[in-house]
Amino acid sequence: MSMLRAIFSHASGRIGGTIVVVYIIIALLGMFDITPHNPLQQFRIDRLHAPNATYWMGTDLFGRDVASRLMKGIGQSFLVGFCAVALATTAGTVLGLTAAWFGRAWDGLVMRVMDVLLAFPAILLALLIIAAAGPGTWTSVAAIAIVYTPIFTRVVRGPALSIKSREFVDAARTFGSSRRYILTRHLLLNLVAPLTVQVTLALAWSLLTEAGLSFLGLGTQPPASSLGLMLADSRNLMETAPWLLIFPALAIMISILGFNLLGDALRDILDPKTRSRPA
Amino acid sequence: MSYLTRRLLTFPLVMLGVSILVFVTIRMVPGDAITAMLGTEAGLLTPAQRDALAGYFGIDQPILVQYWRWLAGVFQGDLGISVTYGRPVLGVILERFPLTLQLALMSMCVALLVGLPAGVFAATRNEKMSDLGVRIFAMIGQSTPNFVVGLLIIYALSAGFGILPVMGEFTPFFEDPLRNLGQMILPAITLGFAFAASVTRISRSAMLDVLSDDYVRTARSKGASKRSVIWRHALPNALIPVVTLSGVEFGYLLGGAVLVEQIYALPGLGRLVLDAILQRDYALVQGCVLFIAFNFMVVNLLVDLAYAALDPRIRLGEGG
Repeated sequence: MSMLRAIFSHASGRIGGTIVVVYIIIALLGMFDITPHNPLQQFRIDRLHAPNATYWMGTDLFGRDVASRLMKGIGQSFLVGFCAVALATTAGTVLGLTAAWFGRAWDGLVMRVMDVLLAFPAILLALLIIAAAGPGTWTSVAAIAIVYTPIFTRVVRGPALSIKSREFVDAARTFGSSRRYILTRHLLLNLVAPLTVQVTLALAWSLLTEAGLSFLGLGTQPPASSLGLMLADSRNLMETAPWLLIFPALAIMISILGFNLLGDALRDILDPKTRSRPA
Repeated sequence: MSYLTRRLLTFPLVMLGVSILVFVTIRMVPGDAITAMLGTEAGLLTPAQRDALAGYFGIDQPILVQYWRWLAGVFQGDLGISVTYGRPVLGVILERFPLTLQLALMSMCVALLVGLPAGVFAATRNEKMSDLGVRIFAMIGQSTPNFVVGLLIIYALSAGFGILPVMGEFTPFFEDPLRNLGQMILPAITLGFAFAASVTRISRSAMLDVLSDDYVRTARSKGASKRSVIWRHALPNALIPVVTLSGVEFGYLLGGAVLVEQIYALPGLGRLVLDAILQRDYALVQGCVLFIAFNFMVVNLLVDLAYAALDPRIRLGEGG
């Protein structure tokens, strides 16, 4: 509760937190098909209809309700983003913790593999993975997770190394605590702060990457809806039906803005060194 | 061992790892290596042709032998033959690279010309309304994907002024500089937008740090004008993180302009990778990815070396 209070007493946290909560609700509604219309239903008589009381954000070329597709698309983008970040966080935490704990050859191997993964620009590595595995929702999840795993590994390994050499960890060892207990209770709990900030920022990046991959036709495949796909569809119609461009564009921008603001606020709250320097 | 020595020693090792990753990933494509090489055209082969090709390309050899032969080829500049273009991969890449390089350079200019003055301006008006305005602009800029910026620019131009940007054409700079700049300016603004936001944020933050340093206070107390304090005393030191950021971002731009090149239909390296993936031209995908990763690593290495040259703590291994 004190964390929530801290977030909502921070200006960026208040705005970012509100945006993220609203988006999560919209994403859940979209995922469970609680939308104004069926996102796949084609109202052929109302094709390319401008926004009105029935179709809040207008209709597309096939007469599908843009608001419903947008809700479904946000659900889809969030599903991909959250799954990818969950996978990257888990893999990165396990690799970073074990690399710091076991050291020597394992540490060397893990960190060199992470160096190799970091040697690619993110979108290029994602494209390489998709080239091998074929486009699709779950390939996107895997690709984004692999791209962001090295970042989490680095975020965890550095602090874990310094915590490992602290007195309380030595004391726990002396008292006969098991390796698993020390790793999960002492090391992992102390890493919650940097991990929380990183997860929030990674969610913004993964939404951005997912939208980019879908826009290129390599992520979510039609007729399913995703924000990137909606923008790709809007390209040839933006002059006659600008709502097809404006609403998905705003939806992507605001969602990423929300996570970025929340991430910045969390960094300020959890890392006292940066508290006095909002950027 | 100093940071620099360590960094230089690990470079070839990481590059070797990159080559293994690219080689193995492409061989994970469903189907055999001939399918990977010929894409959809492999379906037209008879079994005898397939066997002959397997022998010709050496893919009947163990995987390690195949990798070694491929790597030896890479060292001699032989990245294979593109099925789509029917030409050596390296030639196709080098044909497309100047556009991507120019786009990256122009985007960096846009970012620095907008971001640096905005960051300095905001830092000198810390916590005032104008500072808040710049910070909001920077935050929105960082949160807007470059393909969204591109689409919005195209829409604003077509809806507001009835003009459509030049698309799908590229005239080399030395052939017709004006025409070339006309074709490249909108993609450069699009790609430089988020980059400008990052430069704004980091230069503002660095300036604020430097402005509170003792030597700046000394310069002020000696009666130096506000302009001289900012531009002559503070800015040179605040530039260090900006140089680092610009270098890293430049590395990304060399390989990450896929989306912007796609929107403006520019025949650059990013679009070449994308087309190669869509056409399943795997020799080309493999070659492009390796080429881009190599550039990215070289740029990052140069950035690290520049950073080490600027900051002795890094050079002596204290900071790394």
